[in-house]
Amino acid sequence: MRPMSRDRLTAILMITPSIILLAIFVYGFIGKTIYSSLTDWGNPDPQKKAILEVPPDQQPPDTTITVNGVTQSLADYRASHNNCDTTAPLSDKACVDFVGLKNYTELFTSAFPGIRFRDDLVNEIFFTIIFLVACLGLGLGMAMLLDQHIRGEGFFRTVFLFPMALAFVVTGVVWAWLFRPESGLNLLPSTIAHIFDPNVQIQPVNFGWYTDRTKLFSFTWQQLLIVVGILILLFMIYVATTYWFKNRRLVVYIIAGLGLAGGLFITGSFTIPAGIARESHGLNAALLAIVLAAVWQMSGYTMAIYLAGLRGIPEELREAARVDGCTELQVYQHVILPLLQPITLSAAIILGHISLKIFDLVYVMAGDNNLLVDVPGVNMYITTFRANNFALGSAMAIIMLILVAVIIVPYLATALRKEPSL
Amino acid sequence: MSSITTSATLSTPATSRYIGRSLGQRSRRLILYLVLFALMMLFLLPVYLVVITSLKTLPELDLLNVWRWPQALNLSSFSDALGQLAPFLLNSLILTVPATVISAMLGSINGYVLSKWHFRGANIIFPLMLFGMFIPYQSILIPLFQTLNSLGLFGGLGGLTLTHIVYGLPITTLIFRNYYAEVPTEMIEAGQIDGADFFGIYRQILFPLSIPGFVVVIIWQFTQIWNEYLFAVTLTKNEWWPITVELTQLGTGQYVNYPVQMAGAFLTALPTLIVYIFLGRYFIRGLLAGSIKG
Repeated sequence: MRPMSRDRLTAILMITPSIILLAIFVYGFIGKTIYSSLTDWGNPDPQKKAILEVPPDQQPPDTTITVNGVTQSLADYRASHNNCDTTAPLSDKACVDFVGLKNYTELFTSAFPGIRFRDDLVNEIFFTIIFLVACLGLGLGMAMLLDQHIRGEGFFRTVFLFPMALAFVVTGVVWAWLFRPESGLNLLPSTIAHIFDPNVQIQPVNFGWYTDRTKLFSFTWQQLLIVVGILILLFMIYVATTYWFKNRRLVVYIIAGLGLAGGLFITGSFTIPAGIARESHGLNAALLAIVLAAVWQMSGYTMAIYLAGLRGIPEELREAARVDGCTELQVYQHVILPLLQPITLSAAIILGHISLKIFDLVYVMAGDNNLLVDVPGVNMYITTFRANNFALGSAMAIIMLILVAVIIVPYLATALRKEPSL
Repeated sequence: MSSITTSATLSTPATSRYIGRSLGQRSRRLILYLVLFALMMLFLLPVYLVVITSLKTLPELDLLNVWRWPQALNLSSFSDALGQLAPFLLNSLILTVPATVISAMLGSINGYVLSKWHFRGANIIFPLMLFGMFIPYQSILIPLFQTLNSLGLFGGLGGLTLTHIVYGLPITTLIFRNYYAEVPTEMIEAGQIDGADFFGIYRQILFPLSIPGFVVVIIWQFTQIWNEYLFAVTLTKNEWWPITVELTQLGTGQYVNYPVQMAGAFLTALPTLIVYIFLGRYFIRGLLAGSIKG
């Protein structure tokens, strides 16, 4: 490293404001949210409410009480919560106590409000899987079609990609109309039939889209935990066998962490309360509506990224494969698709993290209280800004952050490690 | 993948078209175009419904004949929607223009520093900055709301503008950093030999080269901020709502006024659509940059 010149100092000074802003607005705020998720801010223990909302002279002064697991005398408790108001979490008098992991336990083990959040997680998992498969499949298909020296390629590309320029809110408003059960898309089959045969009555197909109550298969929360645990363990075995001989310390930690997580999920599944073990979850057919709208909007993105990848593959490679006797299909199968694999991975990560934090599309299309298609993003918003339950909302936000970080952090680490300039 | 996505463009490589196709090849081409045409119809189906719905009046909108072309082209839904959306359209402009310009300028300086002035710790700071564009904003929303509230910035467009500037920094920095990385270091060194300082090099060498970079970043930020909803709905009060928030309120009531709602959706989408149609090439570059690539 060269000695610190004046210009280098200027450079550091110029980037410092941005670094400070991001340090506060990203990491400081995440820290604050983590802390809030460990308190009872807006989510007070019923016992605490009962004590603090009743005037002192109506309570016997000498009893001992237990709030948030701490036993103390009522007088002491009152003294330490002087003048505080449990009903106004945003006022200066809001009384906030540290409660440890209580909010997280509530989300995963309470009947209410936990069940809505657990349903959200199940919806989110199914939504992400179906959305990813559909976007990647359709995007790759469109890119391969456009790669065949198509006349008017620019026009088709523009058509497939234009929904990316729209707001999720616009997509939501438009598709809510398309999916209106007694109208919209449901009328399209009979409208088309009517053109060919005027005797056909125009009438809606009987499918409720985002209001459809069909559950495609159902399972209990306990079964879900066991499956997740097994998946994590399988992934661990995969990573372990891949890296066994490479002696990379980081990987050893990852394996240890994954093993622990898998084990926790499986043992955790046996300790959950009986009511929750019997709780029924499943794949709601209503999610199909959200998936279709999201795929319409985002598949152009995968098309663009695949098309850029295809254009980056030298023509000589394909020519060589053809000379070796490959049919056009085999060229794709043996030459092009393997080369596109890294692109598939990075597109999957980008789309996956978008779907894990999805909020506006669902909120605008299906409303704030449609449990069939509810996702953590919507639930967090309602819990926090409608119900003023900041502690529980923070806990949901942190769980969302963990889900996103699990896929984004390794991605950032590997994407940047490959860079020679860094 | 790094080299593939950054260096590639979406233009067709100059390969010779096959001359003299056989019948089998011709029918294959025909199927190809038919599939593309069908896909195009599917993608444009919602657009068709939006257009015909917004050209009908509410009484004309028979739920059983929604797919029928309107009997008379009626623009009253558009004037209704425009009348209601106009103040919010203005809010969105007041928000989007400064937020876009400022975050692009800061991103340009950051990208310049990170690509040409390597300093100790940059390898750690850059990924930490980038992480900020992937987080679910729910995880910073409550402290953000409280902080803006205590600064007196909650409710108006000032706080929202600041928010978009800050959370736009990772992507603008990334795009400019990758853009400037391709400017040869020799040019910078030549500038230094000629006596240019930090700002001189930026003004005389990098900035004149970065117009395409600015176009990409400005288009990207404009689209993102115009389309954003979560910050907008949480951090502004009714009179300062950006257009996306007002759109969700438009035409709702006892009955949904679909013609007005669809006209409103069309108007909300129009600015970003125009940008996309005329500057799509740059839009796609921003899109691909968003997937890091490095």
